Amino acid sequence: MVGRSKQTPDLLVRSRFLWDRRLAKGDLQVADSAVHTTPAGDDPSRRDFIHIAAIAAAGGAAASVVWPLVSQMNPSADTLALASVEYDLTKIEPGQQVTINWRGKPLFIRNRTQAQIDAAVRDDAAELKDPQSDAQRHKEGKPQWMILVGSCTHLGCVPTVGGGEFGGWFCPCHGSTYDTSGRIRKGPAPTNLVVPDYAFLSDTKVKIG
Amino acid sequence: MLRKLTLIAAALTTLVAAPALAAGGAKHPHDIAYSFEGPFGKFDQAQLQRGYKVYREVCAACHSMKLLSFRNLGDKGGPFYDKKYKNPNDNPYVKALAAEIQVPDIDTETGDEITRPAVPADRFPSPFKNDYAARASNGGALPPDLSVIAKGRAGGPEYLAAFLTGYEAPPKGLTVPAGQYYNAYFPGDLSAGWQTDRKDEKDKDPVPPGGFVAMPPQLAPGKVTFDDNTPSTAHQQAVDVAAFLMWAAEPKLEERNQTGFAVMIYLLLFSALLYASYRRVWRNESH
Amino acid sequence: MSGHSTYEPKSGITRWLDQRLPVGRLVWDSFVDYPTPRNLNYWWTFGGILSLCLGVQIITGVVLAMHYTPSARDAFASVEHIMRDVNYGWLIRYTHANGASMFFIAVYLHMFRGLYYGSYKPPREVLWILGCVIYLLMMATAFMGYVLPWGQMSFHGAVVITNIIGAIPVIGGPILTWLQGGFAVDNATLNRFFSLHYLLPFMIAGVVVLHIWALHVVGQNNPTGIDPKSKADTLPFTPYATVKDGFAMSVFLVLFAVFVFYMPNALGHADNYIEANPLVTPAHIVPEWYFLPFYAILRAVPDKVMGVVAMFGAIGVLFALPWLDTSKVRSMRYRPMAKLYFVVLVIVCLILGYCGAKLPDDPIIPGLVTFQILESDLNSFVWLSRIATLYYFAYFLVIMPLLGLIETPLPTPETIASPALSHPATTPAGAVADAEKKG
Repeated sequence: MVGRSKQTPDLLVRSRFLWDRRLAKGDLQVADSAVHTTPAGDDPSRRDFIHIAAIAAAGGAAASVVWPLVSQMNPSADTLALASVEYDLTKIEPGQQVTINWRGKPLFIRNRTQAQIDAAVRDDAAELKDPQSDAQRHKEGKPQWMILVGSCTHLGCVPTVGGGEFGGWFCPCHGSTYDTSGRIRKGPAPTNLVVPDYAFLSDTKVKIG
Repeated sequence: MLRKLTLIAAALTTLVAAPALAAGGAKHPHDIAYSFEGPFGKFDQAQLQRGYKVYREVCAACHSMKLLSFRNLGDKGGPFYDKKYKNPNDNPYVKALAAEIQVPDIDTETGDEITRPAVPADRFPSPFKNDYAARASNGGALPPDLSVIAKGRAGGPEYLAAFLTGYEAPPKGLTVPAGQYYNAYFPGDLSAGWQTDRKDEKDKDPVPPGGFVAMPPQLAPGKVTFDDNTPSTAHQQAVDVAAFLMWAAEPKLEERNQTGFAVMIYLLLFSALLYASYRRVWRNESH
Repeated sequence: MSGHSTYEPKSGITRWLDQRLPVGRLVWDSFVDYPTPRNLNYWWTFGGILSLCLGVQIITGVVLAMHYTPSARDAFASVEHIMRDVNYGWLIRYTHANGASMFFIAVYLHMFRGLYYGSYKPPREVLWILGCVIYLLMMATAFMGYVLPWGQMSFHGAVVITNIIGAIPVIGGPILTWLQGGFAVDNATLNRFFSLHYLLPFMIAGVVVLHIWALHVVGQNNPTGIDPKSKADTLPFTPYATVKDGFAMSVFLVLFAVFVFYMPNALGHADNYIEANPLVTPAHIVPEWYFLPFYAILRAVPDKVMGVVAMFGAIGVLFALPWLDTSKVRSMRYRPMAKLYFVVLVIVCLILGYCGAKLPDDPIIPGLVTFQILESDLNSFVWLSRIATLYYFAYFLVIMPLLGLIETPLPTPETIASPALSHPATTPAGAVADAEKKG
């Protein structure tokens, strides 16, 4: 327990060990050799290999115990199962957009008309806050399919489709305006709407995530 | 005196550990040498596939398995695991098996309830909308959910296999209530329905083992065709579906055994190291 | 412990800290330099093992609580979610479930050690009582924890045990409704049991701190029951006790691992894998194995209220033990009559545990019909429980008080460090200590 040095307050109860008092009185001597039998030159050293090995093994055990406790906080299998979603595109008419739930966030799948595609390509050369060409934002050979994460890059509101002067998207929260390629044209948002990782499994089926 | 007491204790223990009938006086299931038993047990993938087929074609008509998803079929140790597809959601077999089954969903455009083909992320659908519908279709009895039934019944998969093939003709003198079936392995107390001609109380015929269950026998030879040409006897179907149910209840069994092996080796070595360290520390001290 | 701390902080930081909050000194005095009797045997390693168990349960429990849903609708499914979907969830859940059993195995061995070696006798009465408090808190925690998976045994076990509170005359009914949060065990009960189950282990940890403090004030008991009389009788806690405790913990973990990895459901009940159904009672309601002796005592008494009194009384006598035992000799090593009665007590506790799992009217020897006393055949588990319960209470209330007065103890050694004298089998009169002989 806490020692009785002068600086530390004596908060804890005194020892009641009998031997403490008898030793102080000078009673009871027991020959050291009755209990210690250290031959000359054989001091059990803290640096003995076996102790180091045991402590190292304990450290290894501790590390292998820590791993599952840390890993359990990673997304579980059911969350990961919903990490990717497949969508049938045949239901979306040209000019229409569908919003689905992907990884807990809205996902826009828009079937662009030719006019909308042309408008986007035309603005490739315009002054853009986050410069990107329209071709960089869709899959090759499929310019009509614009797939974007429906979260405004300013503070995360869901932009409405077709709004704003560029016919793309308009965010009602603070007025960010995106063009038909989802690029930021006006307003406080810093970057273009995010294009997620996706792939076409066929002409009519897309897998996102 | 101490020795005498210990002997008495040991004698008492053996006396009371007399062989007892299985729970509720039912017949004891035969032992089946399943591949997943023992510390190095592994599921037999072919058996699990056959078992899934039996579940899907026979049992799923009445029994839900709502804690399992189609993607679990492609998990490591599962019936359709393919190491090319570490993510079971990409496994084509799993996707095809899922797509065969219709699951309920809501049409996001109209709000109507619809059914659509399942994807791996979907849970196994229940055959009934709710428990009341299930009871109504089964004469008041509720077919239990099968997700963890292999752990939820004493005797485990061996009991399940014995039960499925344990429908015997009721012995003469046993009154079987309407809508029930006599099963020699199902735990129950038949003394109420048992009548014997013997007038003498002491020599009364012993009550037959087993109980009454609301489910009629379901397995029959050839009812399910196995894709690997295993002969489809009722016994084979029972053994295989019980193995599948054991996997469904304990999908991490293989991983548990493998981790256990590594942990035991490590702990035994660690104990040996610590013992040596202990002896070295205490080397020169009497204690 | 020595009255004077030998801690000497060597570096600047440790000196700085020592003057502001002497934690380093506390650790040094309590677990490094602390004088420990040199003759402790392996029964003394269970304190460390119990601390390990508490730590394991708290860590795995907090982690499980990240994934568990404490509602009647989702609890069962959330536990299965942990078993199937959460990374290593199966491992953490099985560790926590079997960890509770391991915790109780260790605590029972720890308590029986205390009974045998007289560790409850003066000046360790408060230490013993604190231990009983920890035991009570453990039982409450374990009971509530078992309810959480919301299986058939969880639910109906909760119904039976909460109805025990309802058995209290006059005020029992309203207290029961208050405890349940409704007219029956339901969602409200589950939610509050979850909250309390999370809380109680931290209270246990607090009482454990007091328990270790109380221990360090009076010093450890040892197998001879004789106080250390000189420095020769003790050794510093580190490395001597540290390495021995470490080895014992490692062996304990081997047993723990066998359960977790190879028979994780052996100590549980199959019915708990059936989702709770208030309308269907399991054929055979049994509590977890560590409650079986008390369950047997509860059912042994024919009267409902007296059964409850007997069950709580069985734990209550433990609190009174320091004053019930009149013997001047601590350790039963030197009390041959007491040793005998102690062994019978152990057997009786095992018998009570066995009876707790059986139906009261089932015959012990099948087929044998004897005569009926109090509406039960003598060849039945309820009568075995009754005899065993009688002995249990007699041990504490009759045998312990009387034995101290009538038995003749064996001569006790002068000191711990004269090992040849410390074990009665090797006591030559006035022999000189043989340093190599293990005490």
